[in-house]
Amino acid sequence: MKQLSAASRARYFRRQLVDRVMGGLCILAAVMGLVLLGMILWMLFSNGLAGLSLSVFTASMAQPGAGGGLANAIVGSLMQVGLGAMLGAPIGMMVGVYLSEVGKESRLAQVVRFVNDILLSAPSVLIGLFVYQIAVAPFGGFSGIAGAIALAIIAMPIVARTTEDILRLVPQAYRDGAVALGSRENVVVRKVVLPAAFGGILTGVLLAVARIAGETAPLLFTSLGNNNWSMDMTQPMASLPIAIYRYAGSPYQEWVDLAWTGAMLITVGVLVLNILSRFSHAAVAGKQGG
Amino acid sequence: MTTPAADRQLIGTRRIHIADAIFRTSLHAAGALVVIVLVSILAIMFMGGKQAFDVFGLGFIWGMEWNPVTQVYGALPAITGTLVTSGLALLIAWPIGFGIAYFLTETCPQSLRTPLGVAIELLAAVPSIVYGMWGFFVLAPFMSEHVQPWLTQTFLWIPPIGDSFFWFTAPPIGVGMLTAALILAIMILPFIAATTRDVLLSTPQLLKDGAYAMGATRWEALTGVVIPAVRGSLFGAVFLGLGRALGETMAVVFVIGNAIRMPDSLMAPSATIASVVANSFPEAEPGTLDLAVLLGLGFVLFVVSFGVLAIARFLLRQERMS
Repeated sequence: MKQLSAASRARYFRRQLVDRVMGGLCILAAVMGLVLLGMILWMLFSNGLAGLSLSVFTASMAQPGAGGGLANAIVGSLMQVGLGAMLGAPIGMMVGVYLSEVGKESRLAQVVRFVNDILLSAPSVLIGLFVYQIAVAPFGGFSGIAGAIALAIIAMPIVARTTEDILRLVPQAYRDGAVALGSRENVVVRKVVLPAAFGGILTGVLLAVARIAGETAPLLFTSLGNNNWSMDMTQPMASLPIAIYRYAGSPYQEWVDLAWTGAMLITVGVLVLNILSRFSHAAVAGKQGG
Repeated sequence: MTTPAADRQLIGTRRIHIADAIFRTSLHAAGALVVIVLVSILAIMFMGGKQAFDVFGLGFIWGMEWNPVTQVYGALPAITGTLVTSGLALLIAWPIGFGIAYFLTETCPQSLRTPLGVAIELLAAVPSIVYGMWGFFVLAPFMSEHVQPWLTQTFLWIPPIGDSFFWFTAPPIGVGMLTAALILAIMILPFIAATTRDVLLSTPQLLKDGAYAMGATRWEALTGVVIPAVRGSLFGAVFLGLGRALGETMAVVFVIGNAIRMPDSLMAPSATIASVVANSFPEAEPGTLDLAVLLGLGFVLFVVSFGVLAIARFLLRQERMS
């Protein structure tokens, strides 16, 4: 065996060194990033838990010192997010089915796919401004319905994207089998393709709900916020994100505490939805693997 | 000649045909709706903002003065604030995000990969208002007490640009462009890390094996083989992050100081298009120039985001197809 020369040994050492140093820097970056993000969550939970009490869920927003809670904001958020998902998810599913089953690589489908991707990351503040122009200004007032419409526009592309992705995973043999039995197109999709992809579509819906639950900016322009208990969706409506925004910037410690608690509640909700969506996704992936 | 039985069958067949037609038409309609929504956002913003473009012309974009009292509106301060904060945020978040992605795909122990990967993806889902609050209550005071005085002292030697821009020389009030950029960076960090990781994972193992067989170290395999192979997608991931930063509202509005004027340092209070739209909206009555200006700003932001996102999608799609 030939001995390595001194020069090539030195070069080998240098290459190893570069590899180790860069690898170490990357570990440092990962540690830094995770520590920073961990600090944010820790801050959120320590401040949020401190303000947590039963009255947060039972009392509506009130003047400082009057023992107010966030009940109206929580209910308002649930109603707007619920209606938004009910409007946006079915349309998003239809878009996803269109892209995967009907449009495929046609010109229109490619345009729809591209536009959907743009909408997916479009600034949500502009979607709020848009809905203000079409659903608030012409009808003379802020409303929970307008808020739900804005949230629906945000939810739709998310559901569309995940639906398309998951439908593409459904084996072609399923469709061929159904067609061979004499099923028409709509039956193939409704009775065979969609049931096979149910878990994946549910994932998309859960992710969309998680995303719109934390949206603040679009609601500033649409449902505005409301300090009183109200379940009338034709009127301005409270929501957790707006309540957090208003309270966090206030000079009253009591309100600031409530803002932290509200932020913690939203974050917990969003994280739970995300984890749930993983389970439904894993379920469908497992089924297809077997 | 048809028998009644055949007639029935024909009608039955036709009914199924109709079901298919309804099915197809409604799906096409849903697809078209997506395009209609995007086009109407652009159209509504443009029509609503037309008054601003009519009054100020191109000066609306290049004008440096923003004064609601005299009704003079120039968007350059907000545009500058948007570009500087987003650009700085990317400069900070990209290397760190890339480091995390490399760590997760190459050097991280196998047993930690999934939990850490999931943690990063979950952090990407935390609502932006949470980042904004943390910035306001934790980061801004820290910046004002510790970071800003130190930066001012340390970088005093950098010559100013003209006599109006002094880099790091500013009163240490905590809020401003630098703090906003940091918050944006922290916010898009998990997002960039997750997308970059997916891109790195999509590299064929064969390519890396080839590099290792030639005796390359892990870092050499990355820079010599993996990065050239997925360069487009890597930039795509960065542009996606940029798209997020440009339009981000809640994380910024808390910490940027909301001063709509040309910044005189990197730490000066400033404003972004999104923060101006959110902040000035409560005072903008329908039908006034104030609202038209906000819609005009919205139009500008939408066009810019559209461009950035289109580039991102183009770069990411290209790789996916090849």
